[in-house]
Amino acid sequence: MEKIVNDLSHHIRLNKGFFIWMGFLVLAFLACLYAYTRQLQYGLGVAGVRDYISWGLYISNFVFFVASSLIGMLISAVLGLIGFKWVHPITRIAETIAVAFAAVAGLVIVMDMGRPERLAYVFMYARFQSPILWDVTVITTYFVISLLLLFLPMIPDMAVLYKRFSKLPSWLKPVYKVLSLNWTDHPEQNRIIHRSVYILLILIIPAALSIHTVTSWLFALTVRPGWDSTIFGPYFVSGAFVAGSAAVIIAMYFFRRNYKLQDYLTDMHFNNMGKVLVLVAFVYLYFNINEYLVPGYKLKRADALHLHELMAGNFAVMFWLVQVGGLLIPIILLLFRRMRRPMPLTVISVAVVIGAWFKRYLIVVPTMAHPFLPVQHVPENFKVYTPTLIEIAITLLSFILVLIIITLISKFFPVIPVVETAKDKGLDPLKSIES
Amino acid sequence: MDENTVNNRDEQDPSKSSRRNFMKNIGLLGAGVAAGAGALYSGDIFEKKKAATGESKVLLTQDNKLVEVDSLEMKVLAKNPEKLKLQEGREGIPGKRWVMVIDLSKCRNARRCISACQDAHQLKPEQYHMNTLQMQDSPGTAPYNMPKNCQHCDNPPCVAVCPVDATYKRGDGIVLIDNVRCIGCRFCMAACPYSARIFNWTTPKDADKHSGETYNVELNVPQKIGTVSKCLFSADRCREGKLPYCVSACPNGVYYFGDENEDAVTNGTTKETTRLSKLLRDNGAYQLMPELGTKPRVYYLPPKNRLFPFEPSTD
Repeated sequence: MEKIVNDLSHHIRLNKGFFIWMGFLVLAFLACLYAYTRQLQYGLGVAGVRDYISWGLYISNFVFFVASSLIGMLISAVLGLIGFKWVHPITRIAETIAVAFAAVAGLVIVMDMGRPERLAYVFMYARFQSPILWDVTVITTYFVISLLLLFLPMIPDMAVLYKRFSKLPSWLKPVYKVLSLNWTDHPEQNRIIHRSVYILLILIIPAALSIHTVTSWLFALTVRPGWDSTIFGPYFVSGAFVAGSAAVIIAMYFFRRNYKLQDYLTDMHFNNMGKVLVLVAFVYLYFNINEYLVPGYKLKRADALHLHELMAGNFAVMFWLVQVGGLLIPIILLLFRRMRRPMPLTVISVAVVIGAWFKRYLIVVPTMAHPFLPVQHVPENFKVYTPTLIEIAITLLSFILVLIIITLISKFFPVIPVVETAKDKGLDPLKSIES
Repeated sequence: MDENTVNNRDEQDPSKSSRRNFMKNIGLLGAGVAAGAGALYSGDIFEKKKAATGESKVLLTQDNKLVEVDSLEMKVLAKNPEKLKLQEGREGIPGKRWVMVIDLSKCRNARRCISACQDAHQLKPEQYHMNTLQMQDSPGTAPYNMPKNCQHCDNPPCVAVCPVDATYKRGDGIVLIDNVRCIGCRFCMAACPYSARIFNWTTPKDADKHSGETYNVELNVPQKIGTVSKCLFSADRCREGKLPYCVSACPNGVYYFGDENEDAVTNGTTKETTRLSKLLRDNGAYQLMPELGTKPRVYYLPPKNRLFPFEPSTD
């Protein structure tokens, strides 16, 4: 027990590496924040979006963020409720990613608003006919459930660490004491927490499906070619699992190396996550074939133009890099056991995440680039969308925020559930607290 | 009848009758005094009122009627003129169903409609509420010029998706935007299949000059940065009983504008008024992409029998 507590908690301290990394993040954050102040001052015109392509990086990024946050539900709820024990050490990583991406997704949408100071109007003058209201509702719900799913299982951990981990930084002790809610490992406490987590795990499944389905409806509820699709809900959800699984694998690799968790995040965990990734990638491939082959066979005028632009036109290079490099090749590679070992799997996951981000761009931008009626008598930058430096910096801002949140949570709390790991190894954390 | 009964009673009981008569007379006198006093009092109030104001005002009501009202009778509904205009702008003009007909056989791409519109709505040269597009439906068919504005759909996809009720459909058929309410999410722009909506990406044209003006939702000026704008069917001109800016500016007789309820549209160039149903029927009128179910309020007459060559635009 002593070894488990120590192994899983030794990273909880303020060390040089942490300060360097956080310093870098904060500096980058401030630099990008400056870009946003420019946008506040001069308006959305500092970005590359214009009348025809009026949604660009921000909205693509928003979709990516919502997508990445979905993984919390897949790992904790779906795989956890089925009864796979191997997911236990990964659940907290998945929930951390879910919380970080869901929290920042809300900010990303504010970055895209022409009038961010009127944000309160969304609640004051809420019109529930608008899918934006549905999105606000379900994302808030999902965020709260994810936060609870991150927090509740951590309560016993914090109690154990407070009492048993001598190296817990003194300034963190009061935080742990308050957050552990006077946990004594009483059977009644265990019963309550067990039931609460169980209910939340069930509730999070519809909530997670809703957030990405509703996000897909922001597009699918319009009549534009490329968005006007009935399978956008499941198409987005399956794509979200691909992005999220890859993100979790990258995080696993990072924590395993930096926090020295080789004994807890073993090759078996990577192998299994590789299998999860290849499974969801196959599902996503299936939806991709549907999404492109069905309109591609009929070639209605607007759809034909859209598909031509994607596959042979202005977006062709990006399209094929994303589909082949970010989906097809990873699927083939991941079929081999050797490729599911930590290092190669992480490299493949990085390719998948980059592909997943650009895939969102390919869903949002090309459709807007060729509306039903011709784009005429406007300046060249209205016809072709080129993201500006400020726009890219503001997009980076959101990524930096996610990294800051993940860093803070993972640095000051155990990345792997301590009590659960002990229980899985047949140890009794109850006794360890009493003693 | 009454007297008879009284007489009958008198015969029955003479002593009672005199008292009854006396009481009756007193009552009559009392009523008379009360009525007289009332008349005097109300007359006095009337005189006082006249003395207090002594003036009446001639006003134009919302439905364009001239009325005379004593200034004491006037009640201020909203002290904020912008708010009042916003309220009025949400209701529309009672009894009207505005409709536009665009005759493509007459459009020579003079672009006067565009400049008149941009002047009225404080728009920059690249901001179009009305834009003339060079169209060619298929390689074998003739190219033609097509003025394109907001179609003021009866089933507007833009209005459906607005999260804050900033864009709305009025009773008279016009779709407007309240740029005091608009949060700039641009969902309406994504939803519109006609690319009719534009955005104020940067500081609007002559923003300094117009900054003090009261916002007029029926003209959508002053334009505000970070908000959406589009064709308004010149709702301000409709209220005045005039033709829209673009319609009046056209030198080639392309535009007809009028009220569907009256079944009459007026040509902006010739000022001739025609029966709408006959114009549509006789010329094979059509709508833009009616298959999308948007139910546009703009009709197009096909580009047939043109007496001038098509000049492709340099742009």
